[in-house]
Amino acid sequence: MLRDITIGQFYPVRSPIHALDPRTKLAGTMLYLLSLFMTDSVAGYVIATVFLVSCIKLSKVPFRFMVKGLKAIILLLVLSVSFNLFLTPGTTIFELGFIHISMEGLLTAGFMAIRLIYLVIGSSLMTLTTTPNALTDGLERSLGFMKRFGVPVHEIAMMMSIALRFIPILVEETDKIMKAQSARGADFERGGLIQKAKAMVPLLVPLFISAFRRAADLAMAMEARCYHGGEGRTKMHPLRYTEKDRIAYIILFIYFALMALTNLLPF
Amino acid sequence: MPLKVEHLSHIYQQGTAMESWALRDISFEVEDGTFVGLIGHTGSGKSTLIQHLNGLIKPSEGTVYFDGEDIFAAGYDLKGLRAKVGLVFQYPEYQLFEQDILSDVKFGPKNMGLSDKEAEEKAIDALRLVRVDEKYFSRSPFELSGGQKRRVAIAGVLAMEPKVLILDEPTAGLDPKGRDEILESIDSLHKERGITIILVSHSMEDVAMYADRILVLDGSELKFFDTPKEVFKHKKELKRMGLAAPEITYLASDLRKAGIDIDDTISTVEEAKTEILRLLSVEKDKA
Repeated sequence: MLRDITIGQFYPVRSPIHALDPRTKLAGTMLYLLSLFMTDSVAGYVIATVFLVSCIKLSKVPFRFMVKGLKAIILLLVLSVSFNLFLTPGTTIFELGFIHISMEGLLTAGFMAIRLIYLVIGSSLMTLTTTPNALTDGLERSLGFMKRFGVPVHEIAMMMSIALRFIPILVEETDKIMKAQSARGADFERGGLIQKAKAMVPLLVPLFISAFRRAADLAMAMEARCYHGGEGRTKMHPLRYTEKDRIAYIILFIYFALMALTNLLPF
Repeated sequence: MPLKVEHLSHIYQQGTAMESWALRDISFEVEDGTFVGLIGHTGSGKSTLIQHLNGLIKPSEGTVYFDGEDIFAAGYDLKGLRAKVGLVFQYPEYQLFEQDILSDVKFGPKNMGLSDKEAEEKAIDALRLVRVDEKYFSRSPFELSGGQKRRVAIAGVLAMEPKVLILDEPTAGLDPKGRDEILESIDSLHKERGITIILVSHSMEDVAMYADRILVLDGSELKFFDTPKEVFKHKKELKRMGLAAPEITYLASDLRKAGIDIDDTISTVEEAKTEILRLLSVEKDKA
């Protein structure tokens, strides 16, 4: 149950996509999402599909991991598809009582569904091929210019990576405490809502105590190593663009240009 | 009520790139009233193994029999089993949550369906067993020292009066005094109440001192399950596994190499003392 949480769901294999600089992947994902909303033609969706499928193939991540993220948006997907399907005026192709489906509605709903699905799969591809730490590193560098406007970019990135780092730790801790209390006969599954809520006390109290203890320990360890924020801090593994990233950017721009061109096509 | 493990395997994250075998085809049987020492390097599968013994995790293959019954069979009363096979996790003090010590220890027996009064009797009994003084009973568990907290947590499992008690590194992170107190409480439980004990430990010295049988895990496989004397004969293999026989066994073995006719299978200081006294009396007789 707890293992289904998919934040920081990095899938560890070696692939050309994994080897890219996180900034390239961030920019690539952004451009891809943008391109999905730029096009409105069948040709555009074909290109977007080909591009996405090739990236997935290259990443060597099993397809079922990509689809996992879709579970979260099923409700949103159903709602937006049905609104578009039933509420778009145009040439009627089906009518029953107050239900009315138009050709335009069908097309918009279909495109909407594809967009949403590709959006989720596209961003899953990034999180599956990039470790959370590389991702925050990439964000920190990409958004570095905002420091000039007084935004504490480094501190936010540090908080993000600590939070991400703590998710698996706390999940594991929860699992451990649950097991320890189960070994003392606690039951987290049975009973009504109130009973279940009560059963949470032996889990939540130790979990909170442990979270605070870990936070205090981490703060102490960071101070002991003279951490004082981002000023003048260097990196052990600074991000560097390589030949691979140059090639990736070229492919991205060709893809983006193609997508832009599809708008000029008549179909 | 004997505990029998048959061809048990456990695979984590089966079917993904992160797939790993935590346990591979483990079989052994623990007779009633035995004190078993479970040793193995970090990551050898010790913690995974013991969590199977009270049904907290399900095996990928194989099964566990308690008192002749398959505990993973459909409809088996796992909650009842957990009262009979008590499991004390590593750093058990992190599971304390109640406002006072007595209520915390009562948690287990109350979950077993006992009345408040009965639970209280069992709790007081369990706290006495681990030598927690009555004056602490109404205090918050968070005010105690590390060693005291741990003893309260162990009492939390003991209060269910288990027939088999499994402890995962109960002495980790304690000072020598705390360590001895815990080990002695466990030993007296074993001797006075006849409870079967399975003690997971890193320390060969501790295990050699108390265990009747030693179970060695290495790389998810069961390597030895025998008396301490027999197991410590395999000094070389133990070393390769990142484990070691007790210091005193090495000393005896060195003495033997130096030409002294000492029994080199001794594993505790007590045994060494007896053996040296025997040698000395032999020398005396010769003279």
